Amino acid sequence: MTLTADPSAVAEPDDVPAADAPTVYARPGEDGSVVSYRARYDHYIGGKYVAPASGQYFEDITPVTGQGFCEIARGTAPDVDRAVDAAWAAFPAWGKTSPAERAVILNKIADRMEANLEALAVAETWENGKPVRETLAADLPLAIDHFRYFAGAIRAQEGGAAELDQDTVAYHFHEPLGVVGQIIPWNFPILMAVWKLAPALAAGNCVVLKPAEQTPASIHVLIDLIGDLLPDGVLNVVNGFGFEAGAPLASHPRIRKIAFTGETTTGRLIMQYASERLIPVTLELGGKSPNIFFEDVADAKDSFYDKALEGFTFFALNQGEVCTCPSRALVQRSIYDGFVADGLERVGKVKQGDPLDLSTMIGAQASNDQLEKILSYIEIGKAEGAKLITGGERADLGGDLAGGYYVQPTVFEGRNSMRIFQEEIFGPVLALTSFDTYDDAISIANDTLYGLGAGVWSRNGSQLYRAGRAIEAGRVWSNTYHQYPAHAAFGGYKQSGIGRENHKMMLDHYQQTKNLLVSYADGPMGFF
Amino acid sequence: MGTGESGTSRVAVTAEAGDFLRRLTAAHGPLMFHQSGGCCDGSSPMCYPVGMFRTGPGDVRLGELRIDGLEPIEVFMSAFQFEYWKYTHLTIDVVDGRGSGFSVEAPEGKRFLIRSRLLDDAELAEFGLLPQG
Repeated sequence: MTLTADPSAVAEPDDVPAADAPTVYARPGEDGSVVSYRARYDHYIGGKYVAPASGQYFEDITPVTGQGFCEIARGTAPDVDRAVDAAWAAFPAWGKTSPAERAVILNKIADRMEANLEALAVAETWENGKPVRETLAADLPLAIDHFRYFAGAIRAQEGGAAELDQDTVAYHFHEPLGVVGQIIPWNFPILMAVWKLAPALAAGNCVVLKPAEQTPASIHVLIDLIGDLLPDGVLNVVNGFGFEAGAPLASHPRIRKIAFTGETTTGRLIMQYASERLIPVTLELGGKSPNIFFEDVADAKDSFYDKALEGFTFFALNQGEVCTCPSRALVQRSIYDGFVADGLERVGKVKQGDPLDLSTMIGAQASNDQLEKILSYIEIGKAEGAKLITGGERADLGGDLAGGYYVQPTVFEGRNSMRIFQEEIFGPVLALTSFDTYDDAISIANDTLYGLGAGVWSRNGSQLYRAGRAIEAGRVWSNTYHQYPAHAAFGGYKQSGIGRENHKMMLDHYQQTKNLLVSYADGPMGFF
Repeated sequence: MGTGESGTSRVAVTAEAGDFLRRLTAAHGPLMFHQSGGCCDGSSPMCYPVGMFRTGPGDVRLGELRIDGLEPIEVFMSAFQFEYWKYTHLTIDVVDGRGSGFSVEAPEGKRFLIRSRLLDDAELAEFGLLPQG
């Protein structure tokens, strides 16, 4: 499946579904399931599970059915303090390990995950609601490859030595920052955690990580598998709500950096805290990504055309809960009717169903409030005068799935000034419009507050290149979409954030530069 | 910008959200809202104790919520975002929910949500948004 970064980079997992594997996975905890959640998860601090200072827990709900399935510690400031203490206690030793030692550990983590890929994938699907075919083919293989990529990158990284003159040398060394805070979103709970963890650990930092309160449990399934591979205190997980646990972490006086993926208001609040402590931030804050289809896409009804139709339909990947969801489709007017008709036919083939069914292509939205927000935007679209072409309703899948949070893939036709074209809905809702010329396309594409992702589709290489360079976005997929290889930088222009994730350049976000300026001269400089 | 000449407001609050805000205020002190954009919990109103989130020249004060027994609750949005929302009337509602960035209500199992409608002609006139000429 092309969703994986580089399929060859991920070896065949030991327990990949066999030919006789079930077409529907048993639910976690049920007979025959490949994974079980524990009834309760505490905080993971200093290499062991510790109860929350508050003594309180909250219920974790699966969006598949809307039912609770485990309890999660409700973290508060004292728990964050404890985790930061544990991380600093671990740092003096961890920060001095050799890159080779850390790389070995990251590779072992990857191997352990690969050997348990199916269990992790089913756990992730149950907690987040996304189809298991995505977690099996994308989320987990990408996460595994991410550890391997940074294991390699840290081995290959070098400092520098510059001969400034015959007697003076500038040496540049990379050093870890110390203890860093990471706040993880709920749309790819394991993969987004790994995007932040792998470079931070590779660089020799210790981490206090707060998972999203909507999806706090799957990371603990991962920790149950890999916790023994890391020295105690190198990785600490404090659960809880943003207000009670996230804010104390982001504002903690003893973290050296904070990384966040989420929305703009919280992003600003995190920068506000960081400004008070004078620490760096990396922020990934979403987008409203344009997906441009130039007329030559329809020159032939060949496999390239088929690929472009998949590109049009990619707004439904992960139920639209992707920061780079191609939620605005811009189709050149000369091919509009035919291409859109074919695209809608493809959208009509998106199979919605039980996320644990291997044939399901679109599962459940991650939470009830997300469901409500998406439905409210569908109403906004209608009220603004956008034309609802398909979908537009909550989907009732019957049985106990009726309690889950399912939305039909939805396509609106309208104008780029409408709110459904400007605001991130984070659901399977496509805003579709037409353009006349290349300049129109670029103008519409860039008429947005955000600049995270974009797609361009054309058979003309120079047009593809020019458009890709003209769009103000950090990632422009050209004749492709939704590929997330570890070796390609990911991050936003404009309101979409600060800094990058993925790629070896990510190490810079987790390292200090130490310059030793050394004089080998025998005598004084001559000033005094 | 937030309130028309005759006191027309572009923000309101549902009765259920008003009751909930009374409870939250009792627990956390005076509150304010800032409308968020972007991914995950974005495109939703974030509610903070006054002073936790700093507004600045890049924000628009949309108006204030009048709830019996409470000081007016101010509602803000970034000026960038307001450009796209200026024709919209917002009502803050509450639904069952789970998470919300650092917004104050999430531990209660609730989530604030914006219900919106386009301003009518009288309101557009109040806010000076009718086409000129």
